[in-house]
Amino acid sequence: MARMTLDELRAFRDSKRQDLARRDVEGKDIQIVVGMGTCGIAAGAKLTFDALVESLQKRGLENKVLVRQTGCMGLCYVEPTVEVIAPGMPTVIYGKMTKDAADELVQKHLVEGKLLDNHIFDRPAADIVKK
Amino acid sequence: MHYEIVDFVIDIVQNSCEAGASLVELRIDEDGAGIGFEVRDNGKGMDALEQAQALDPFVTDGIKHPGRKVGLGLPFLKQALEQSAGSFRLESEKGSGTKLSFRFDTGNLDCPPLGDLVGMMVTVLCMPGPEEMLISRTRDGYSYSLCKSELIEALGNLEEVSSLVLLKEYVRSQEKEGEELWQG
Repeated sequence: MARMTLDELRAFRDSKRQDLARRDVEGKDIQIVVGMGTCGIAAGAKLTFDALVESLQKRGLENKVLVRQTGCMGLCYVEPTVEVIAPGMPTVIYGKMTKDAADELVQKHLVEGKLLDNHIFDRPAADIVKK
Repeated sequence: MHYEIVDFVIDIVQNSCEAGASLVELRIDEDGAGIGFEVRDNGKGMDALEQAQALDPFVTDGIKHPGRKVGLGLPFLKQALEQSAGSFRLESEKGSGTKLSFRFDTGNLDCPPLGDLVGMMVTVLCMPGPEEMLISRTRDGYSYSLCKSELIEALGNLEEVSSLVLLKEYVRSQEKEGEELWQG
């Protein structure tokens, strides 16, 4: 397979955009923030990040959610940590979010609108709240 | 301690992104004997004392996490390199930036596994902070480069799930062509 050029990437993007435009009604108001500090990485945050992206795509939520990264959220003992900001739901930081728990998060929190009781550890730490 | 080489690299690039850099450059040079990385940023930099402290696991500035007494990112990397006969060089100037070069000897028994290089590049490209990131990757004569601003221009916001999926496919296709060459 020849490597993709930037032009091909653009064309690919445009075709995806048209597919998505039909579904783009509510805008991207859901944010998932994955902690990628030393502690998160050591606990497998990269795998969690990949699993979240895969799971969101699988459920057709790719156009409603932004997946961001941040540093350590101060909860190193329960890494990987994931903060979820979604309208109509309290903002929570989930801990122990291994790649297997990532799929559960997308299904329960974003699709069913329920909290993952066993993974709730905090609201956002003061040092990561945007001014 | 991190398990894979790519985890160390993500950690180091994360440092650059948090150091207020507008430009981060990552070079990945691989040959039959090992894999070398160079991470260069134009962030706030460190003076000689701060550089020594950065390598001490029991020192941290305590600004981000008050009360914490450890800072393990660089010390982990240095330890992993020392125990597998790798090399490590930290150069930094207060106010103008930091350059970190390190090389793992992949033939060494104690060298950590490389891990998912494509996923690592996607992860660091999407880190918040620097406006521009340049990644150059070479392996035995094959090379390609990635430029964050170009990718954003082509894909839009890299934090969107659909962009992340396409970005990964794009980087994988760059890497895959090389693999075909390397395998003959």
